[in-house]
Amino acid sequence: MTSKLKLTENQLFSQIRVLKRNCTLVLFTLLAATSFASHDTIAAHQATTESHSDKEEHGQKFNAGEMIIHHITDAHEIHFFTLHEGKANESHYSIYLPIILKDETGIKCFSASHFYHNKREIVQGEKHLHYYEHDGYILFGEKIYKAENTSSIVFGKDGKISNASVLDLSPTKSVVGMFITILILLGLFGSAARKYNKNPNMAPNGIQGLLEPLVIFIRDEVVIPAIGPKHAHRFMPFLLTTFFFIWVANLLGMIPFIGGFNIMGTLGVTLVLASVVFIITTVNGKGFYWTHIMWPHGVPFLVKLILVPIEIIGIFMKPLVLMIRLTANMTAGHIIFLALTALIFIFGQGSAVAGYSVGAGSVLFMVFMYFIELLVAFLQAYVFTLLAASYFGAALEEPQHH
Amino acid sequence: MLSAGLGTILWTTIAFLIVLILLKKMAWKPILKSLKDREDFISDSLKSAENANAQLSQLKSDNEKLLAEARVEREKMLKEAKEIGDDIVAKARKSAAEEEQRIMNKAKQEIENEKTAAIAELKKQVVSLSIQMAETVLKKEFENKDQQVKLVEENLKSASLN
Repeated sequence: MTSKLKLTENQLFSQIRVLKRNCTLVLFTLLAATSFASHDTIAAHQATTESHSDKEEHGQKFNAGEMIIHHITDAHEIHFFTLHEGKANESHYSIYLPIILKDETGIKCFSASHFYHNKREIVQGEKHLHYYEHDGYILFGEKIYKAENTSSIVFGKDGKISNASVLDLSPTKSVVGMFITILILLGLFGSAARKYNKNPNMAPNGIQGLLEPLVIFIRDEVVIPAIGPKHAHRFMPFLLTTFFFIWVANLLGMIPFIGGFNIMGTLGVTLVLASVVFIITTVNGKGFYWTHIMWPHGVPFLVKLILVPIEIIGIFMKPLVLMIRLTANMTAGHIIFLALTALIFIFGQGSAVAGYSVGAGSVLFMVFMYFIELLVAFLQAYVFTLLAASYFGAALEEPQHH
Repeated sequence: MLSAGLGTILWTTIAFLIVLILLKKMAWKPILKSLKDREDFISDSLKSAENANAQLSQLKSDNEKLLAEARVEREKMLKEAKEIGDDIVAKARKSAAEEEQRIMNKAKQEIENEKTAAIAELKKQVVSLSIQMAETVLKKEFENKDQQVKLVEENLKSASLN
């Protein structure tokens, strides 16, 4: 098993070497990203005995907070599981994603396995912090910095990292998750659309039966009431895409054993979605929308002085709230599961019996939470779409004639 | 943890634009179009069914109306025919009576005429008979000439010519 995996790892490296030569583009396309993901480059590596002895020395205690933060943070690998954790033959089973960096020396491409195979530790005050180093770069907390003095991480007086950061253009776990989401969406809706084209005016069957009520729900219950039948069709593609993109991405994050995607819990992702909402709202803003913000009708002058700045802040606050709500909700869901899992280990450290009994309770509660999270996955997609639609509707609002 | 890296933003933008454009072309347009087409088809079908129903009932009421009209027409025709018949009979009666009257009048007239002619003839014959008789009488009277002259003279004497 290990030798076979080593082979695939070597294949990956040779791939990357080839890629390095061709890597003159700032980004590579979806194709490259998916080829990385699809190449089945599950690589296992043996932890160095060095780090093993370190653990023994510091008496590695289970740190729930660290574990949770580690799992909800976007990563440069898709980590499935670790065998023999904390032992000499500790092995990680992960897909290592490509790292793309840009700094003053140019663009660098290499596999994240170089980082993850080169674990370092630094003592900062009371804490033992882990970081990864490769080729003059440091990966710390899934962020990439330039290494100071060839291989170390330096903390400033304020406790923050003083290393120079580099532009990290890597397709991370969330990016891979997004492309998986895209493939799922294209597969689902592509086949549904084919059916619609093939049998027009027929009763829906199969995949159509699953998707059609949702599409009609978004159209008739969300978009048309918010925007009005006149303009609704213009925003349908964006809002439908947003809804299904968020929903499928959220559901993807709920599937266990595939690396625990937290796509909509990644701020960068929701930032883009919210920005698109902001741009569409601003571009479509009609005269009434702007006068309502800049010079509200029928409001005393002094009130205007207070109201106008609030309204202007509101333009930016609305998409910002969209972004934070989605990220916070999805992250919170993940944190609950991780906290319930952590609970088992915290008690398990005391005694095995406590661990097992708490585990039983935790599992029951997790099952309950799974149902809630299934609802939340849908609800957050719905809320995002609904609010985006209502912002578009407000931007397009016509003055009311009394 | 919650920081938005430029790389993620860039990749998300690409990913989202890809899915937006592809789904718009591949899925949303045909799906929304065929949904709308189907809804239109259904509402059209319902509408046309309703129309057909309305037409049918219209046809039915038209038929009934036609039937009623025909009935009324028949009644009217019958009535008219009866009237005409009655009229003809009445006229015939009237003209027959008139004819009778006329013939009677004519007959009366003729009878009168004949009567008048007969009376005239009778008068003529009576006159000629009278004249004959008078002639005979007179012939006899005038045979005594002296008596006649005496009579004239007597008359002349009584009639003094002043």
